[in-house]
Amino acid sequence: MKVKAQDKKILVVLIIASITLIALYLLTELNPNAYGYALSRRIPRVYAIILTGAAVGFSSLVFQTITNNHILTPSILGLDSLYMLLNTTVVFLFSSTHKLIVNANTNFLLTTGVMLGTSVIFYKLVFSKKNNNIFFLLLIGVIIGTLFESLTTFMQVLMDPNEFLTIQDKSQASFNNINIKVLTFATIAIVGSFIYSARFMKVLDVMGLGRDQAINLGVDYDKIVKRMLVVIVILTATSTALVGPITFLGLLVVNIARYMMHSYKHSTLSFTILLISIVALVGGQYVAEHLLKFGVSVSIIINFIGGIYFIYLLMKGRTQ
Amino acid sequence: MIQVKNISKMYDSKKVVDNVSLEIPEGKITSFIGPNGAGKSTVLSIMTRLMKRDSGEILIDGKEITTWDQKALAKKIGILKQSNNINMRLTIRELVSFGRFPHCGGNLSAEDEKQVDEAIGYMQLTDLQDCYLDELSGGQRQRAYIAMVIAQDSEYILLDEPLNNLDMKHSAEIMKILRKLVDELGKTVIIVIHDINFASCYSDYIVALKDGKIAKEGPTQEIIQKEILEEIYEMLFNVQEINGQNICIYF
Repeated sequence: MKVKAQDKKILVVLIIASITLIALYLLTELNPNAYGYALSRRIPRVYAIILTGAAVGFSSLVFQTITNNHILTPSILGLDSLYMLLNTTVVFLFSSTHKLIVNANTNFLLTTGVMLGTSVIFYKLVFSKKNNNIFFLLLIGVIIGTLFESLTTFMQVLMDPNEFLTIQDKSQASFNNINIKVLTFATIAIVGSFIYSARFMKVLDVMGLGRDQAINLGVDYDKIVKRMLVVIVILTATSTALVGPITFLGLLVVNIARYMMHSYKHSTLSFTILLISIVALVGGQYVAEHLLKFGVSVSIIINFIGGIYFIYLLMKGRTQ
Repeated sequence: MIQVKNISKMYDSKKVVDNVSLEIPEGKITSFIGPNGAGKSTVLSIMTRLMKRDSGEILIDGKEITTWDQKALAKKIGILKQSNNINMRLTIRELVSFGRFPHCGGNLSAEDEKQVDEAIGYMQLTDLQDCYLDELSGGQRQRAYIAMVIAQDSEYILLDEPLNNLDMKHSAEIMKILRKLVDELGKTVIIVIHDINFASCYSDYIVALKDGKIAKEGPTQEIIQKEILEEIYEMLFNVQEINGQNICIYF
């Protein structure tokens, strides 16, 4: 991986920041008598953070490349709406104490299974008829996503308020209750996707030039777009099922990475995105857990800081 | 050899390319001319697999284009379209290096770097090679794209309106470079061009399209004639010979 000198400096800073934040998060207020318990809770959280951060960031980066658009994220595919619909339906039909909700394993398997299954069906429907237009798929994703959201709201307003609280809890990304078994499933899916995608890095760089240029340079564009969509769906479904709707993070980290780095290379950008995700999520989790004592969820903190950062970028862009 | 046999393309019920057949002469500059909406760019896109056709055949060296291996085809034909919206922050050198992708898969060897240097030098962009594309003028950017196609080093180079955004000086320079590619390196160049006088002065062969059909084709001298052009463009032309070139006055 060839990296420009100025980018190297940024990477070093990010690596140091990531390690410092992870150490800070793991070691703060560690009781010498019970450090074993505290670490057994914190280490899986940090691991889950790294895993989901990588999955969400990478899927957003690839998604932006294949759609040739820098403000889209895979949330437009409607997967997080489907996730919420599934959980709401279970609570609505059974109860918030049903094992499909309470048991992390079954909940994970159910939600990933349905998200992947539904994606396969839509994928087949859209791409079967000689139609290779990815934007048609996105359009369907938006419409279906809205339908799912309306159905979810419909059930939520009819629900017992106590049951609704369980659902509201599900609607925000959280790393507080990470189950080791679920983590194993997620690791296999996410790391597997990364290994598969690794050999497409250079091809993705070329695809960033747009469809016509990529085809001109000998890339089998339509085939690779379809393959990458599968990777994106797996990554998004797995990370959503693991911690809840978290695709907002993608837009943030990918754009920050592009802004900071002087590189178009997917290999360099992916690594940067991973580091920025760690800084944002571990930092956010630290604030949520140690400073605010679980009073606010990590997604709210990241949205808050990310929003401010975006406004800063906009203001700065305007004065240039 | 590029052979086009009976290709057609419809948009809904409108035929934009209507049963076009042609054979591109080797080692020459071929210009596609014709009014807006004649189907020039569409034919070019279909010939280079960027667009699907409804019927007909495209044979590259006698082999149907869809059965070619993508990498091998990219070394055979290089195409540059008129609108290029690149969403990435690239320097000229990085962009031109992409031209080597079919040869090296993204890992540039010393030989590839040399080709990139040459292509940048050809387009007189050496001083600007580390500038980012979004910092360039339209003309400089256009030259950078052409440098990329040159670095691709394909036997056939197809350019869709390469003189877009360029002033007379750079237009003439680019046409001279295209001539050099043909005369010295033995490439075959195919361009879509609107400026009829550039087509007349620099190309060997002209294909005139109108309403999705080939209206006329032949060596440049035969096509740049008052009657033929008046029929194609439906306006008055005055063609005069100046220094051995047919120059059109149509203002």
